[in-house]
Amino acid sequence: MFDNETLQALYRDTLLHHSRSPCNFGDLQPPCLEAQGHNPLCGDRIKVQIRLDDSGKISAIGFGGSGCAISMASASLMTQAVAQMDYSHAGRLAEAFRALCHSAERAEATPLPSVHQDLEVFAGVRAFPMRVKCATLPWHALLAAFTGDKHATSEETGTEETGTEETGTEETGTEKSDGALANV
Amino acid sequence: MTLVAEDRKSKVQETAQTAESVVAAVRAEFPYLEHKINGRTPIFLDSAASAQKARLCIETLQNALTRSYANVHRGAYSQSAQSTLAYEKARKQVAEFLGAKSEQEIVFTSGATAAINLVAYSFGANVQAGDEIIVSELEHHSNLVPWQLLAERSAAAGKPIKLRFWRITEQATLRLEDLAELLSSRTKLVAVTHASNAFGSIVPIEQVAEMTHKAGAALLVDGAQAAPHLPLSMKELGADFYAFSGHKTYGPNAIGVLWGRSERLNVLPPWQGGGEMIREVQLEKSSYREVPARFEAGTPPIAEAIALGATCDWLASQPRQLLHDYAVGLVRTAHERLGAIAGLRIHGTATDTLPIVSFTLDGVHPHDLATFLDSRAIAVRTGHHCAEPAHRALGLNGSTRASFGIYNTFEEIEALANGVAEAAEFFGSAG
Repeated sequence: MFDNETLQALYRDTLLHHSRSPCNFGDLQPPCLEAQGHNPLCGDRIKVQIRLDDSGKISAIGFGGSGCAISMASASLMTQAVAQMDYSHAGRLAEAFRALCHSAERAEATPLPSVHQDLEVFAGVRAFPMRVKCATLPWHALLAAFTGDKHATSEETGTEETGTEETGTEETGTEKSDGALANV
Repeated sequence: MTLVAEDRKSKVQETAQTAESVVAAVRAEFPYLEHKINGRTPIFLDSAASAQKARLCIETLQNALTRSYANVHRGAYSQSAQSTLAYEKARKQVAEFLGAKSEQEIVFTSGATAAINLVAYSFGANVQAGDEIIVSELEHHSNLVPWQLLAERSAAAGKPIKLRFWRITEQATLRLEDLAELLSSRTKLVAVTHASNAFGSIVPIEQVAEMTHKAGAALLVDGAQAAPHLPLSMKELGADFYAFSGHKTYGPNAIGVLWGRSERLNVLPPWQGGGEMIREVQLEKSSYREVPARFEAGTPPIAEAIALGATCDWLASQPRQLLHDYAVGLVRTAHERLGAIAGLRIHGTATDTLPIVSFTLDGVHPHDLATFLDSRAIAVRTGHHCAEPAHRALGLNGSTRASFGIYNTFEEIEALANGVAEAAEFFGSAG
């Protein structure tokens, strides 16, 4: 158990606002790349769709699915943060975001660029090890969408994190987005 | 008010008072409830996942580890003999707790899961191609996955069996007429829970047993949820196998029990090989001991078995029917109080129920709700509670579950309902 202050630190107003009225929520029109993030612990699924321009940068992004306040807010803020980023740039930001959620020490070693300080709102999850995966779930899905993995799970165990490709049998990619995938 | 009515009213009050004082006495037997977290007494509403430990369990465990610990059935010295006697006494205590014919029907395992896996393996070793096993949709994964594994093993061995599923109703109950349609001469075994871990629904096992036996099949009952709450008598229940775990029954972890009707149990082959389960070992082949030793390969959880025996004894000495009635009162009140919250839906509405209530709240994810309640020192479970198919059948991704033990009170239900209402406002109000 923890006190009310810690609860408020986890669910800051910005976070609650984004969870209630998320940005970029909804399907992109094909062609686009997409991947589904799955948290096997709670069954939550967040789908992230991206369209890339000729230089490999995100020109459009959307997400869908259902999740807790933390994963929905994280997806919403992520879609704003990664606009115009290419894979390696988004990957670096994802790393800093994971460090932020994990601990103050790791956040210090891999700090968020000052332009993305709005993501600091997720520092509150540090006090809730079980909820770290809620925050990182959309980021797993985003990176998987870039690489064409289609599925990603959010399994944060101990200090190390493994974003493993799910070997499930579900079909998430539509025919159309599969076709688009082949063209990229 | 007439005199008779007044008399009746005072009788009801008297009973309520008796129940209150019994529960107060029970609470005093749980050291967990003695300490405070951030100045609050914890409200533990996750006993269906794992219950708090009775004082006697903790003390017996400590004594067994400090005063007379030695391996059982092996040493020639007095301490080992003492340990063996205590271990075998525990078997007798568990047999009495279950209302079993004899302690020879009690097998100690590492848990209810292991007990079910034992039956799936050993009973499953004798299945023939075309045999059918009926599994209910209400099951905890531990009474579903072992049967899936058996189906895979049997198929690989060239004698494929078929799993048939006893579907649940919208109320998260099982209908006997649905079972009747599934039963046939091909049915080898019916695997069903005594009560749903997710929704509380109690299954009428006596009738299930009668129908199952009429079809010539065996009945395995998962008693993990029922054992902590319902007075049990294996002689009357009619099951062939019954599994329960120590840690849900206010006892220690890492121990469980398989009860098997001796004529069913005695004909099963071993499932794990090792020390203690053998009669004679040669390099090429071994012969095995009688039941229950045959199913207890390796050094058993000795202290845990002894502590479980003591806990069962203690639990059996409590007014169990009164405690169960009190708990049913708790769940009814929870239904009323929670049901009054806007946007809250209770799932599973069986009349005959254990004190378990699962619900969803519009616009509030179970995980957020649980985190919020945690800040009020209230522990609840979220997710699918290891009953994914049952949740899916009800169109749910997950739910929030409050499950009560023999130590929970009406005040705690009140705190739960208030906490949920506060959470609805916290997460739901426009930011």
